[in-house]
Amino acid sequence: MNASKVSRDISIALLTAVMVAAGFWAASPAETQAARPAQVAGKPNLNGIWQAMNTANYDVLSHQAKAALAFRQGPVVPVPAAGVVAFGAIGAVPAGNGIVEGDEIPYLPEAAKKQKENQENWLDRDPEIKCFLPGVPRANYMSLPFQILHSDKAVFFAYEYAGAVRNILLKDPGPAPVDSWMGQSVGAWEGDSFVVTVTGFNDQSWFDRAGNHHSDKLKVVERYTPQGPDHLWYEATIEDPLTFSRPWKMRFPLYRHINPDARLNQFKCVEFVEELMYGKFRKTPVQ
Amino acid sequence: MRIIIALGLAVIASVGLIAQQAPGIAKPSATPRTADGKPDLQGTWTNATITPLVRPQNQPNLVMSAAEAARMEKSTIDRRDERNQPSDPNRPAPPKGGDGSTGAAGNVGGYNNFWLDPGERIAVIDGQFRSSLIIDPPNGQVPAFTPEYRARQAARAKGIAARGQYDHPEYRPLAERCILSFGPTTPLVPNYFYNNNLQIVQTPEHVMILMEMVHDARVVRIGGTHLPKHIRPWMGDSIGHWEGDTLVVDTTNFPPQQNFRGSSENLHVVERFRRADARTINYRFTVNDPTTFTAPFTGEIPFNATDEMIYEYACHEGNYALSNVLSGARNEEKRLGTKQEK
Repeated sequence: MNASKVSRDISIALLTAVMVAAGFWAASPAETQAARPAQVAGKPNLNGIWQAMNTANYDVLSHQAKAALAFRQGPVVPVPAAGVVAFGAIGAVPAGNGIVEGDEIPYLPEAAKKQKENQENWLDRDPEIKCFLPGVPRANYMSLPFQILHSDKAVFFAYEYAGAVRNILLKDPGPAPVDSWMGQSVGAWEGDSFVVTVTGFNDQSWFDRAGNHHSDKLKVVERYTPQGPDHLWYEATIEDPLTFSRPWKMRFPLYRHINPDARLNQFKCVEFVEELMYGKFRKTPVQ
Repeated sequence: MRIIIALGLAVIASVGLIAQQAPGIAKPSATPRTADGKPDLQGTWTNATITPLVRPQNQPNLVMSAAEAARMEKSTIDRRDERNQPSDPNRPAPPKGGDGSTGAAGNVGGYNNFWLDPGERIAVIDGQFRSSLIIDPPNGQVPAFTPEYRARQAARAKGIAARGQYDHPEYRPLAERCILSFGPTTPLVPNYFYNNNLQIVQTPEHVMILMEMVHDARVVRIGGTHLPKHIRPWMGDSIGHWEGDTLVVDTTNFPPQQNFRGSSENLHVVERFRRADARTINYRFTVNDPTTFTAPFTGEIPFNATDEMIYEYACHEGNYALSNVLSGARNEEKRLGTKQEK
């Protein structure tokens, strides 16, 4: 055993001792978060901070890792676009299993063409870059968590990204009078599944950073089905006769943040994109 | 108090208003409660009112007579109805540079009355018609500013005077940048303009207050401690606790860019939500910032239940104004040949 290994082992042992002494590892699950009732008004308790653990926001279909989301012609192979090259490894795309049933989105021919164009013009077109509201289902698998507030009278989703919100209406008011980014959500329980039908979308949001898109005829039927206290299976059936030749499905688990200090943080990115969107209109643009 | 209510009812009915919409006359009922026995604050509410935050000079008292309240409400409604008359389609364009009028539709024309929904009722708390939202200090005024505030403000004014207000997006108001509503978000004071709606969802661990503008959900944690001092979210960091049947929400950690009546990042807001009846929450707020105000001040606002839906207020996504304001300023400079930075 060399000296550095010994010193490392001692450090780890010391660190462990300190952490145990501080109660860091001593906490039993019951102490990690206040006891949580299994039900709210006779239905599974959806309260909590939830987050997907996948890379679907890069691409809902299965994908291998790649250097960037935007490329330009290189002398040998395509290289990251000028706008993203400075990010290096941070700007690279991690690989991921697809979340779409059959790993295929049944685009109509024109819509398939548009997806390719979107992908090629990702830097100009992805609404996420401008901090626009994410739409549904994309909001549920972005890299940031969301909080469900579930009471006997209401189910409300507060998303960290862009401060997006959805009030899930528990009584159907009829068709939405106006299109919106997040759509109109109407929820009802089917056994242990909370089923949310979302309509009234505009055609502006995307499904991911790969340019997957829809029209304002989009209808998303979501099913949130608890799988124990800390997991929800999420399934969405997506219909849009102007974009897809048939309905298609996505499915992935949502994980509950179980740390005692779990809370929804704030990612109000509107101010973060001011330089991008308005920098060119400054009295003296930043060089 | 009963007599005031009865009088108010008689007067309001006599001026032809819809009696059931008048605040303060809802039939008293037991406090609605959640499954865990707490008063149920949930629902969709409006804090719109014509009662100003600060007491007007011509109102010596906090409580006004029912007759006076009815008169003010009637004149508000009459003015609204008059402004709602169709415009003359043959009217000329406003003169170059505007006609000098002020307000939302003023000068070169902007929002006309159709777009506005500032409220048409006097604030009623426990049956009292109120002349100001501020109840303490008793004169209904914001307490005097501290010397520290005056120094801060003088430096700020100097900075503003030294620059062009359209030079950079950061010089524009937070609401114009779609970062926050133009009404105060904490405390929940009406904006006297439109969209004064909020939704409350309540669980044993959290109370969520959604403001229609700009789809801002303030999630209040019940219990716990405030965030570290350097974490300063928009709307501040709110923690709550119950004092009997009153929800008390304590908010600190405001960012320096957000202020209420000139407050600094030391702003401390304590809000008290008390269910008054089946259709009303009595909301009380106390504002304290010893680096800005020489004393704390407290106000009361009725939150009236509304059956209106809250729709998505996607501000940033349609914010053509900010680009246009800035690029317009650049074009104007080009035209006048004044591009040099002040």
